[in-house]
Amino acid sequence: MLLVELFTQGLVQGSIYALIALGLTLVYGLLRILHVAHAAFFTLGAYVGILVCNASGSLILGFAAAMAIAGCAGVITYRLAYQPLLDKPPFVALIASIGLYIASEEAFRVFFGAQGISFVDPPLQQQLLLFGTIRLKMAELLVMIGSLAIIFVLSRLQNGTRLGLACQATVSDPQMAESFGISLRLVRDLNFFVGSALAAFAGVWVALLNNLVEPTMGSVPSYKALAIIVLGGLGSVRGTLAAALVLGVVEAYGTIYLGKLLDRNAIAFAFLILVLMVRPQGLFSRR
Amino acid sequence: MNYEISLMTTMAISVLFALSLNLITGFCGQISLGHAAFLGVGAYLAAMLAKAGVPFLATLPLAMLLAGAVGTVVGLTSLRVRADFLAITTMGVGFLFVGIVRQREWLGGELGIAGITGSNMSKLGFMLFTVLCAILVMALCVYLRRSWMGRVFNGIAEDEDTMRVLGINVPRYKLAAFAIGTALAGLTGALYAYHFQYIGPDSFGFVESITVLSMVVVGGIGSVVGVTVAAALLSALPAWFQFIGDYKLLVYGSLLFLMIRFVPDGMAGLVRRHLFKRRAEGGSK
Repeated sequence: MLLVELFTQGLVQGSIYALIALGLTLVYGLLRILHVAHAAFFTLGAYVGILVCNASGSLILGFAAAMAIAGCAGVITYRLAYQPLLDKPPFVALIASIGLYIASEEAFRVFFGAQGISFVDPPLQQQLLLFGTIRLKMAELLVMIGSLAIIFVLSRLQNGTRLGLACQATVSDPQMAESFGISLRLVRDLNFFVGSALAAFAGVWVALLNNLVEPTMGSVPSYKALAIIVLGGLGSVRGTLAAALVLGVVEAYGTIYLGKLLDRNAIAFAFLILVLMVRPQGLFSRR
Repeated sequence: MNYEISLMTTMAISVLFALSLNLITGFCGQISLGHAAFLGVGAYLAAMLAKAGVPFLATLPLAMLLAGAVGTVVGLTSLRVRADFLAITTMGVGFLFVGIVRQREWLGGELGIAGITGSNMSKLGFMLFTVLCAILVMALCVYLRRSWMGRVFNGIAEDEDTMRVLGINVPRYKLAAFAIGTALAGLTGALYAYHFQYIGPDSFGFVESITVLSMVVVGGIGSVVGVTVAAALLSALPAWFQFIGDYKLLVYGSLLFLMIRFVPDGMAGLVRRHLFKRRAEGGSK
């Protein structure tokens, strides 16, 4: 039964990774920027969610506020930090992003305190028993369903609406898209908004699962999400989803069976280096 | 006086470490986000050897050798992946190093290694030795940059494909940059172990890699003098100002962001532009 339980835990972790990594993939596909600071919106979302939920008593309001505020913060970050660096070599934006992330982590510490905050009355903590064997928290089940649903809806929007098609056109050829009357500005802002809002969504879920929000909660997911989008073949939504779930499961098993050899974070990166050496274009890329 | 001597040693170690990264990232344009791992390799080897009774001067070349060997292996990845992929891979190497060391009982695990025997030199002597190393490495960097190899490095940093078309064996030079840079980081690591007499896995993590990268960026990527000055200043600032000591990462992170956003060529670039402007004005009169 341990195998099945590890598998479900892996899927729960994987769907959180997927939510975070999706925003990164959107940004990378559009601008070729490795957006490390993305995890700052994950942490920001968790803080806003927990504070609003504690103040109002409504979890839904907490989610809405977290996603709206993180989304706007994402757009502002893009305008101030990345837009002026677009014509520089890619590592310039990467370094800027790392600086931004480290500074923001410390800023969270200064504003909200180092010891972290929790829910006054944590919702969705009921234990469920699925198929008679799998024990899950309500929140764990919902995060899996929620992330899959969101990713499904997003991919439908991307293929079925004018704006979604405009985004895809901008990814494949920005200049051509612009000459067909697509506003690059709008598409980029929208991407940062959606990506950051998704990270905030994931942040509130993690806050629910651990019932704790700390300034440093984003640091490990941020670097791991980078590993995931690379594994997923940069810029591909479906590849990212698959890579996130695979990594979640590999980690869950690895921690038990390889725990003596490597710690949890090292397993993810060992897997990443291995894959990159064999397939430099990523695990699921068709290139 | 003891405090100043210790601070000066720390500064010299930072300068050495920053120069070693500058060789890889600045000269050859290969970005590395896991450079602290090589500092760690050198430090751990030196600590183990020192505990086994190997004399100080003998551990230094061994630390260089091992770190350089590991660095060359990591450098092999730079032949396979480029630019931002390489950044992620080297970052992974950093996490891998810390992850492995953490789980090794004989390397001290989480607790690290304490009570490393000193170098048999007086504090002042050790400081002078470290400063001498830093000066020698500076000279080596200046020499390298002017040599044939340095020009090839520069060419690879500017445009790798063109160098390939010109018939340059690009992989060999990339590996050379990694080998020299990481060997110097290993040397620095050994000095680090002898100076602090305590090492643990957290001293060589991602934060350390980013700190050294911010030194290189603030100084001016590729500039020997700029990087030296920046490394010395940035390592001394937290000791001079209590405020900066408390919010070290906030200051480093913001500096890294602001420098690369507004002055991507660092202090060296600022000074150079300023000087040239003056000279140009002087010439037109």
